[in-house]
Amino acid sequence: MNLKKSTGLLIAIAVSLTLTGCAAGTSNSAGTMLDKLGKSETSLTLLGWPGYAEDGSNDPKVDWVTPFEKDTGCQVTFKPYGTSDEALSLFKTGQYDAIAASGDATLRLVAGGYVQPLNTSLIPSYSKVYDFLKNRAWNTVDSKTYGVPHGYGANLLMYNTKVVKPAPTSWSVVFDGASAYKGKVTAYDSPIYIADAALYLMKHNPDLGITNPYALDATQLAAAVTLLKAQRANVGEYWSDYLKSIQSFETGNSVVGTTWQVIKNSMSTKATVDAVLPSEGATGWSDSWMISSTSKHVNCAYKWLDYIDSPKANAAATEYFGEAPVTSDACQYASDKNFCATYHAGDAAYAAKIWYWTTPISACLDGRKDVKCTDYSAWTKAWQEIKG
Amino acid sequence: MKNELSAAGVTAIAVTPARRVSSFFYKYPKNRLRALIALPALWLGLVYVAALLMLLVTAFWTVDEFTGNTRVALNFDNVISLFTDPLYTTVTLRTIGIALGVTIADITLALPIAFFMSKVAGPKLKTIIAISILLPLWASYLVKAYAWRSVLSDKGILQWLLAPLGLNTPGYSLWGAAITLGYIWLPYVILPIYGGLEKVPGNLLEASSDLGAKTFTTLRRVIFPMILPSIIAGSIFAFSLTLGDYITISIVGGPNQMLGNLIYSNVGTANNLPMAAALALVPIAIMFAYLASVKRTGALDNL
Amino acid sequence: MRISNSAKIFLGTATGGVLAIIYLPLFIVLINSFNKSMNMYWPPPGFTFDWWAKAFGSGGLLAALGTSVLIAICSSSIALVLGTLLALALSRYKFFGKQAVGLMVILPIALPGIVTGLALNNAFRTVLGLQLSMATAIIAHATFCVVTVYNNVLARLSRTNRNLEDASADLGAGLFTTFRLVTLPQIGSALIAGGLLAFALSFDEIIVTTFTAGSGVETLPIWILNNMFRPGKAPVVDVVAVTTVLISIVPLYFAQRLAKEDSK
Repeated sequence: MNLKKSTGLLIAIAVSLTLTGCAAGTSNSAGTMLDKLGKSETSLTLLGWPGYAEDGSNDPKVDWVTPFEKDTGCQVTFKPYGTSDEALSLFKTGQYDAIAASGDATLRLVAGGYVQPLNTSLIPSYSKVYDFLKNRAWNTVDSKTYGVPHGYGANLLMYNTKVVKPAPTSWSVVFDGASAYKGKVTAYDSPIYIADAALYLMKHNPDLGITNPYALDATQLAAAVTLLKAQRANVGEYWSDYLKSIQSFETGNSVVGTTWQVIKNSMSTKATVDAVLPSEGATGWSDSWMISSTSKHVNCAYKWLDYIDSPKANAAATEYFGEAPVTSDACQYASDKNFCATYHAGDAAYAAKIWYWTTPISACLDGRKDVKCTDYSAWTKAWQEIKG
Repeated sequence: MKNELSAAGVTAIAVTPARRVSSFFYKYPKNRLRALIALPALWLGLVYVAALLMLLVTAFWTVDEFTGNTRVALNFDNVISLFTDPLYTTVTLRTIGIALGVTIADITLALPIAFFMSKVAGPKLKTIIAISILLPLWASYLVKAYAWRSVLSDKGILQWLLAPLGLNTPGYSLWGAAITLGYIWLPYVILPIYGGLEKVPGNLLEASSDLGAKTFTTLRRVIFPMILPSIIAGSIFAFSLTLGDYITISIVGGPNQMLGNLIYSNVGTANNLPMAAALALVPIAIMFAYLASVKRTGALDNL
Repeated sequence: MRISNSAKIFLGTATGGVLAIIYLPLFIVLINSFNKSMNMYWPPPGFTFDWWAKAFGSGGLLAALGTSVLIAICSSSIALVLGTLLALALSRYKFFGKQAVGLMVILPIALPGIVTGLALNNAFRTVLGLQLSMATAIIAHATFCVVTVYNNVLARLSRTNRNLEDASADLGAGLFTTFRLVTLPQIGSALIAGGLLAFALSFDEIIVTTFTAGSGVETLPIWILNNMFRPGKAPVVDVVAVTTVLISIVPLYFAQRLAKEDSK
């Protein structure tokens, strides 16, 4: 390489080092709590799971955003995301005022300073929310509330009633007993699925001392990884979108694995499937609306949080997505009379069996102080290795 | 030149600003080149090459465990792990294998169809085939991948067709992914090869056979060397597009992952941009090596 | 080489076979757009026009279509300008770094989309501190579209007669007049072919778009991807594919005819 060339290259590298360095050095500051609501702004940008803020543009009959816009004058822009991880990287861009995040993202949002603590007295609907959804690890940090619930549900065990006999009552059918259905087992494609294995080990291998499937030390994580690697040999495919899961069960490419209630409900009558909450309990989600620490439309955002927990809107949103609403008042507004019963809304005993998605962090969530737990990035690497 | 013309009695041309610019560039052809190349070179250099360099540099940084922000400190761990971590080596080899398979299969399928279009079909038929090959490009990539998901499923049309023969669909597997990828990129391989064959004059083939060459000899000694650059051009498409794919594999690939999945999940899931950048070096290195080795053939002018 | 009849039959059969494989999945897409069941049973249980009605009643879909067309038009226009300039420069001059420039043009397409997307995302966001938007997506699309225009124009220029341009200059035409009246007509159909390919490339791009488009920017492929996650929407996506394929017949037909007239 001649001198001219190498100098040019060096300069280029030096410039890029400096530029990226400057950008990476800037940090964000955590927002402070709002005292009282001011005048509404004119716009609001939301980020959420698909179907969390429908404005009728996809189906004129499915619309709970337009009434909100008319009431408050806040024009809503909604961006759907596919996975919690995608949500996180999108939200970090600072383009969003509020986000509907699952528990596997919320703590990462709080720790990163991307969301602000909420003054729940400014959110009247919040008082009616089921108590078992309030002040939980995924929405409250240092007794400050960061999110109000949107809806919740459990990751159920679905199986093909013609193929899987006898009807399973335990997750063992997808772990220790999975080889009976080699190539037909399915599982959720996300590092958070490691918690499903941890929950199974918690019940079946007490020696490991797991008390919370989201608080795993290195040994416990290794045990879960071993279990999942054994499962991998029997997995036909991992699913992350809704459609994939429905199709696989319909065609018989999958016969047993995790599912959501809504997927079970969407199956055609021809499909011979059933979904159960196994004896070990299950992992699940409770999604929270959170407000960005850098939002320029805080008043609109508060109004939205209040609106989405109000009975009518909450019923519309949760029924469309297929999950339990967060207040008992919502039940009467559902188009399906059995809606709340189907999704076990307000059933505290049922809800108690659910281990809601929570971001694993190095400070153990089960309260252990003597050991460091594995965090989400360790789970991610582990998940890549499990898939191989 | 203009002066000579006026001297010869040709009407003088009005000196507009455009004319002045024009004359300037005539006097200084070097500047003409500069003017032509400045904008595109700046665009590609600033937008693309600089971005690539930046990514390259990022691969040598780390992520602060605590804040999740990128920390600027020289660190070779990521790049070293590409060679030592069995996860990365396995997935890299698998991805290269699929990309090679897809490329070879596409070339094998593309050669006869391109040859038929160019040397056998009449003008009408040629237009029809050309349009038939271009049409599927307009059906979304995703829709095609999902269509293959339907074709390959246990109760899909492929199983329906194969079952009477005692065969089974490959299902959702690496084979399924390779078939789908090969399918999606096929038009990108046919087009350059067809273009290359169109440049081979028909009388050259006749000359070859008049001189006593057998069909196969003509193919091998006359046609193949002439269309080799086009074949390579097509192969660049199929190979590169497969190398970076992460969507098709998740739709029809069963539980498997490719290099693209690792890169994608390091950006999204793991929030580990340096590792993603390090992994991105693998396809960059492979493509650079490939481009360098085929540069002499002139294939790069045929993309 | 005279192609024997048996070779012709073999080639014809192979062509027919490949075309059949190409159209099998598209046929499935067509069927599914009328399929009563959302799922993948073969043969389908019944037919319905519901999905077509839903597709054309969906504002989100039409908006996404508009966005995609806008991005594709903008980025292929930029690509047309940059690609033509580059092709003129590289075909007419010899200079230091010519090969490097040639390599630079093909890189964005020769490197996998995920690399291009990641590099641009990193550059836009962390280095330049820009918010992703439609403009960033257009810039990214234009970057990988340059090559299609460049190659088409370069190939055409290498076959055109330079003497015509010199003659034009000798007759007193300025640079711009020469370009407009002599060069442009010669490369016109190459521009159309390159532009059309650039448009198609941009229109269907998803990976680079995922990394470079802003939050409010929903292109057609992204809308499709999002709909795969939305309850009960899958077949609407098939309607979209069938429609875009049908619409594209028109420009493709004209492009082919132009190309044929050129070669005469």
